Amino acid sequence: MKKFFSLGLVRGLIWQAIGTAAGMGLLGAIRALMGLPWKTEPAMVFGGVVGAITFLAGIGTMRDWWHMALGKPVPEAEEVHETPGGARYFGVSLDHKVIGVQYGFLSMITLALGGTFALIFRTELAQAGLDFLNYLQFNTLIGMHGMVLIASILMGIAAMANFIIPLMIGAKDMAFPRLNAFSFWMAVPGTVLLVSAMFVGGFETGWTAYPPLSVRGPMGIQMFFLGVYIVGWSSILGSLNLIATILMMRAPGMTLFRMPIFAWAMLATSIISTTATQLIGLSFQMVMFERLLGMGFFDPASGGNPILFQHLFWFYSHPAVYIFVLPGLGVISELLPVFARKPLFGYRWVALSSMGIALTGFLVWGHHMFTSGMEEYLRVPFMYSTLLVAVPTGIKFFSWVATMWQGRLRFPTPMLFVLGGVIVFLMGGLTGPPSGTVSTDLHLHDTYYIVGHFHNTMFGGYIFPLFAAIYYWFPKITGRRMSEKLGKAHFWLLLPAFLLQTFGQMRIGLLGMRRRIADYDPEMGFTFSNQLITIAGFLVAFSVLIFFINLWISARKGEVVEGNLWESRSPEWQIPSPAPLHNFAEPIRVVGEPYDYGLPNSRYVETVRQPAGD
Amino acid sequence: MSTHTAVLTAKEAARKMTTRRLGLWLFFLSDGFVFGGLLVTRFYLLGQARPHLEQFLGLIVTAVLLVSSFFMNRAEVSIAHNDRKSFVRNTVITMLLGIVFLVGVVGFEWQLAPFGPADGTEGAVFYMMTGMHAFHVLTGVIFLGFILRNGMRGHYSAENHWAVEAAANYWHFVDLVWIFFYPALYLIGTVGG
Ligand code: HEM
Ligand SMILES: [Cu+2]
Repeated sequence: MKKFFSLGLVRGLIWQAIGTAAGMGLLGAIRALMGLPWKTEPAMVFGGVVGAITFLAGIGTMRDWWHMALGKPVPEAEEVHETPGGARYFGVSLDHKVIGVQYGFLSMITLALGGTFALIFRTELAQAGLDFLNYLQFNTLIGMHGMVLIASILMGIAAMANFIIPLMIGAKDMAFPRLNAFSFWMAVPGTVLLVSAMFVGGFETGWTAYPPLSVRGPMGIQMFFLGVYIVGWSSILGSLNLIATILMMRAPGMTLFRMPIFAWAMLATSIISTTATQLIGLSFQMVMFERLLGMGFFDPASGGNPILFQHLFWFYSHPAVYIFVLPGLGVISELLPVFARKPLFGYRWVALSSMGIALTGFLVWGHHMFTSGMEEYLRVPFMYSTLLVAVPTGIKFFSWVATMWQGRLRFPTPMLFVLGGVIVFLMGGLTGPPSGTVSTDLHLHDTYYIVGHFHNTMFGGYIFPLFAAIYYWFPKITGRRMSEKLGKAHFWLLLPAFLLQTFGQMRIGLLGMRRRIADYDPEMGFTFSNQLITIAGFLVAFSVLIFFINLWISARKGEVVEGNLWESRSPEWQIPSPAPLHNFAEPIRVVGEPYDYGLPNSRYVETVRQPAGD
Repeated sequence: MSTHTAVLTAKEAARKMTTRRLGLWLFFLSDGFVFGGLLVTRFYLLGQARPHLEQFLGLIVTAVLLVSSFFMNRAEVSIAHNDRKSFVRNTVITMLLGIVFLVGVVGFEWQLAPFGPADGTEGAVFYMMTGMHAFHVLTGVIFLGFILRNGMRGHYSAENHWAVEAAANYWHFVDLVWIFFYPALYLIGTVGG
């Protein structure tokens, strides 16, 4: 029991509870002194803020910074010695590999949670009529499904980046290890707050939280805003750290154009998330203040303009879709050459296409607003800029196909997920232009077609590559490989079930089913399709359950592999598995091109022999 | 052996310093998007109109903040020359000017403005912009408090004063933001137009 309470996570959560209660009490007391009556909403918000801070302080993420601020000596992060063992994963650790795994855990928990929400409301949708949810519960569930999974994606990306990037570029750790730990631990109280929205009244708006509905609805939306705001800051600080790491910590000889392609993808992603994320934070903050203080930003009743919210919101949330997919597309480009035994086709073009997508991604947000009453003259420019994104995306597809062309393909589980990702993302890419073209989008907007479209992009661009990455790098974490049998079962169940789900969604969308609607008219004739979608959704969930079981079993009993399992040229596979404490016992140097698979006598990295005590 | 390692660590230290600077500037870039979003909000909601504010007061607080940046710079240069006394004096002046700015905005302008935060878009925009900026000035003053304390205890030297550099750059950044906010709130457009 004592051991349980010594875990950082437990202490942090207790501190968060104490802080929340104290914050609520404090605000109530201040208001009472000013002669104002008790009001729950401001007290909850204030308590939530205080609770998040006390979590971070209680778990100890700020202790070293406090000491630095007071001018006390603090050890260099590389010199901090942490006692190995499982407890490290439940408290503050500065090791990027531990933090990567911590992000991974949190991301899997939120994945399961968000998925469960979907199963609940999909069950409701299997038949017309309201069966067991009321409208508010239904709306809360769809909103939570969206945002919890977005948080999960952000954490999954941070997991991959934290674990892999320093190993890949030959660094000992991230540029700012303390900030790294801080970013991760911010995400924990943020997630708690986000989920707590369900228990303090829920909300009606879906994940986009459009005012004026979000200004007027129940109070759960405040916890939703606060949670997203904090998770957003976690993402900002994490990506800032990644940019600094990629730009400053590369091994000697690793010029930008000799980096593994995944590092390029992460660089592009991080540029978007350090900057654009502020805008969703700001817009949510403004709605919070509108509710708390009556500030008239968005509600037309007080002179505001709801379209402004949509501009600010989509200025983040469109680029955010590229935050979600660029790392995944990077994983695809990273793994294909390994399994095709051929150089990555057009390396430079692929590297720059990530940057191109990141930049054009900033110019297209208006395509979410074609029907919103946005300034009419903006429609066509946004249509053209949207279609422009197809160019850098097309470069990636071209490179993937050309890389596989005449390769000696092997098909272990990670490769299956890579190929699945390519196929599914292609579906997403093909269904995007009809939504990006004004004339067609006027019909498609807010239908289930859009739901099908973005599930294709996010599964193809994130979920499939994420699974590929986990199967591929799992031995680096545990020293064991995951079961191929379960992995293949996972894949062959997931792919067809998923395609059935999204094709079904697009079909009913075209037939006129609106998104975010708890009930539908049986006369519309898509009840059967809805049932199929629900069944497919459960099959997807079942395949993920197989994956979780695989993780659990393989971590304990999987086949032991120490060396370069996939015969990769990348630096992280030149060291033993699991990756040792300080990554590289001897520093490495880059002496060639990263993806020259199949070229005789070509080398990418070599170890620098240390001059022995001269 | 010793010279070899010394060269290595000097190089390593320089790299660390560059990394820190990069981190700080990335933070400014990110934070800049918040202020950019607020400027967009101001022009989107108010357009050519501007809130009714105390012109003279605005001029004074703006001048105070601009001048504070000069003393901030003196403080940083002083410590870079190991002149601790001048560092302390200039840091104190900077802090005082920062506090005067805060009192001017929050203590006076907020009280004198003919509208509250709940009074339409004018109130919303004005209090949000000045509030967000004042929050940054306040954190800047707090940072300065820490470097002042440590500076008086002799923790900084010409070679080792990264904290001073960071606080100073932050101060200039917040100052720069006001250079955009002042005209947006006080000068551009017509009152009640
Ligand atoms: C070929 C590239 C793409 C094009 C042309 C495109 C176009 C569009 C358009 C126009 C919409 C708005 C439709 C509407 O609401 O009426 C939309 C929605 C959406 N797209 Fe894409 N998209 C593309 C790629 C992506 C990618 C890569 C993702 C990322 C994972 C993505 C995720 C989403 C999401 C999440 C929504 C729904 C947002 C909401 O909840 O309203 N899209 N897409
Ligand atoms: Cu978009």
